[in-house]
Amino acid sequence: MSIADEAPKPAFRLSMLIYDTRYRSLTIQVVVFLLVMAGAAWLIDNTARNLQALGKDFNFGFLWNRAGYDISQRLVEYTNDSTHGRAMLVGLLNTLLVAFLGCIAATVLGVFIGVLRLSPNWLAARLMTVYVEVFRNVPLLLWILMIYAVFTEVMPPPNAFRPNAEGVTAAQMVLGDSVAFTNRYTAIPDPLFSRSLGNIDLGIFLVSVDLLAILAVLTGSWWVNRRLLRHATAVQEATGLRPVTWWKSLLIWLVPLAVLKVALGFHLGYPELKGFNFTGGINVSNSFVALWLALSLYTGAFIAEIVRAGILAISRGQTEAAYALGLRPGRTMSLVILPQALRVIVPPLISQYLNLTKNSSLAIAVGYLDLRGTLGGITLNQTGRELEAILLMMLIYLALSLAISGVMNIYNASVRLKER
Amino acid sequence: MKTSVFLGTLTAAAALAGSVSAATLDEVKARGELNCGVNTGLVGFAAPDANGNWSGFDVAICKAVAAAVLGDPSKVKYVPTTGQTRFTALASGEIDLLARNTTWTFSRDTDLKFTFVGVNYYDGQGFMVRKDLGVSSAKELDGATVCIQTGTTTELNLADYFKSNNLSYTPVAIETNAEGEQQYLAGACDAYTTDASGLAATRAAFADPENHIILPEIISKEPLGPLVRHGDDQWADITRWVLNALVAAEEYGVTSANIEELAKGTQNPEINRLLGTEGDLGAFIGLDKDWAKRAIIGAGGNYGEIFAATIGESTPIGLARGLNAQWTQGGLLYAPPFR
Repeated sequence: MSIADEAPKPAFRLSMLIYDTRYRSLTIQVVVFLLVMAGAAWLIDNTARNLQALGKDFNFGFLWNRAGYDISQRLVEYTNDSTHGRAMLVGLLNTLLVAFLGCIAATVLGVFIGVLRLSPNWLAARLMTVYVEVFRNVPLLLWILMIYAVFTEVMPPPNAFRPNAEGVTAAQMVLGDSVAFTNRYTAIPDPLFSRSLGNIDLGIFLVSVDLLAILAVLTGSWWVNRRLLRHATAVQEATGLRPVTWWKSLLIWLVPLAVLKVALGFHLGYPELKGFNFTGGINVSNSFVALWLALSLYTGAFIAEIVRAGILAISRGQTEAAYALGLRPGRTMSLVILPQALRVIVPPLISQYLNLTKNSSLAIAVGYLDLRGTLGGITLNQTGRELEAILLMMLIYLALSLAISGVMNIYNASVRLKER
Repeated sequence: MKTSVFLGTLTAAAALAGSVSAATLDEVKARGELNCGVNTGLVGFAAPDANGNWSGFDVAICKAVAAAVLGDPSKVKYVPTTGQTRFTALASGEIDLLARNTTWTFSRDTDLKFTFVGVNYYDGQGFMVRKDLGVSSAKELDGATVCIQTGTTTELNLADYFKSNNLSYTPVAIETNAEGEQQYLAGACDAYTTDASGLAATRAAFADPENHIILPEIISKEPLGPLVRHGDDQWADITRWVLNALVAAEEYGVTSANIEELAKGTQNPEINRLLGTEGDLGAFIGLDKDWAKRAIIGAGGNYGEIFAATIGESTPIGLARGLNAQWTQGGLLYAPPFR
């Protein structure tokens, strides 16, 4: 029996690019790629032509020019003599601040509400359902505006705290005269150090050595406390009895911090009404609080649903097994259910964090000067560099989002089901 | 084959997009409507009434240009713009003319590539505060919270003024005049700052205007005027001379009441040239003889009549002519000769 040692090879014809399944997908890919490139080239060419027609150039030199405007909330040193680049940095830090605090608050809120929604307590579960549906189904912008309006319309103006002719004040400070809620800001005490260690100049901004010292001490406490707990676990595994550690933990956390506070001469600067406004403390603007609250409440509703889905994804048998072992419902949730649910929860959580960060650009509605307000708002307008400012802003948001999802992906890898 | 058709379309589209800055006059005529950028709502300068009809001092410029170019002052599409969006709207060609209390500055004229065609209101930045605050001078505003429209020159003047006087302040950024009004009335800021004319217009809309005062300090020069894009000199000439015609008409005593009479011919050659009974000035800017006559009628009269009807002392806004009087009356208004 003779076997043909090779299949006959038909000659390659041009029509095979379309009719032969071996080549067709390649053909389609090449065509689509060319179209995409042509589209991009057209966009760039069109932009270049129109810029030329308007007599405008494309450069980022404006970032080094004097900004000339003031920003009320700044985390780093900034005056109106600073550059537009510096204003951009101030805006970026404001964005990061509200996004960071928003993510934390939204997560805490979301986990709490997600768990409560599954509670056997009828009222608690229904209330949380109402919360989720109300916050999830009303546009975020409206929440921001509403919370801001409540703050500006309901709170007293700063001069209501001033005694009138009869010595009566229309509004009172709370918490031992240390906090004042006004329709502009919330004045809170300012942590001060009378024997401050000064600042380190990083070139771009100053870093307080006091803050670094506090962080170092906290890290040390955390490390020592971890050693203590590991030791306790080891003892428990060897003898079956867990040594009492709570007062040791408390000492480890509090004593070094207290010593450091005394050493640095820590005290609070209390806000005082002087002239038009409160001075001496920190004035947390209402626009920031409104934005932060609205972002947290809104995103928290979504996270609650994600948490609920994650918990429901864990089979009921797990709970029953935990109960059979004698674990209380609270311990069952924290030791058995949530660690497993995290696998399901974390990936969609990442996109909620990204949403929150990007949604923070709605700050413009309440005049909170974030990146959109500085670079994409005032700088853009005063310099007329629309294209540059918008492109730069898009790039920064892109980098920010990629960084967040990068970090969260690392975390996701650590809670993922370990497979071998 | 299809690809090449598609690419051909792309090329054609690109070529079309490239010619955006073609003659604005032809575009406006072809469209039959003037796209005019105005304030989102500043009583007296540009605000729609209950029926959606715009009126005001800046709106009159739009009407005058539309009347001169299209022969009908009502053929205007008013595009409300904020301090932030106005320049983008003009640069992108969304509007043909921006008449929105816009200050003529060096960088806007040169760097932003616009042409200011003149000044229709000489203004300066002022402050408004509540009377019960007990403040009588801007120098007493140390530590105050100040509401300020972003993307404006007033924002920069404010920073300069407080710095040069060694005062501190907290800025509250707002987007539109309406928002500023609301924040100021809610007490979210101690002082509201913008052009003095804008303050007067805003105060006129308050329920209790008598409880608010405008401080005497005028901290800047704010020559407000209409502007167009760079690069179309014919269109810039048309808008410039429409504005000049309104000013000149007041100087020569041409009013909406006597214009028909005067258009039949007078002893004054300057009026004759302005109204087209002598020579043909309109031809130089691509229009017919009667352009200025139509502009004056369309705008509702000469500069003085417009001023009196929209923001003058008999209106709730109650602005005095001041710097905006004719040069013959000690003001700054001075139209170049029609010759």
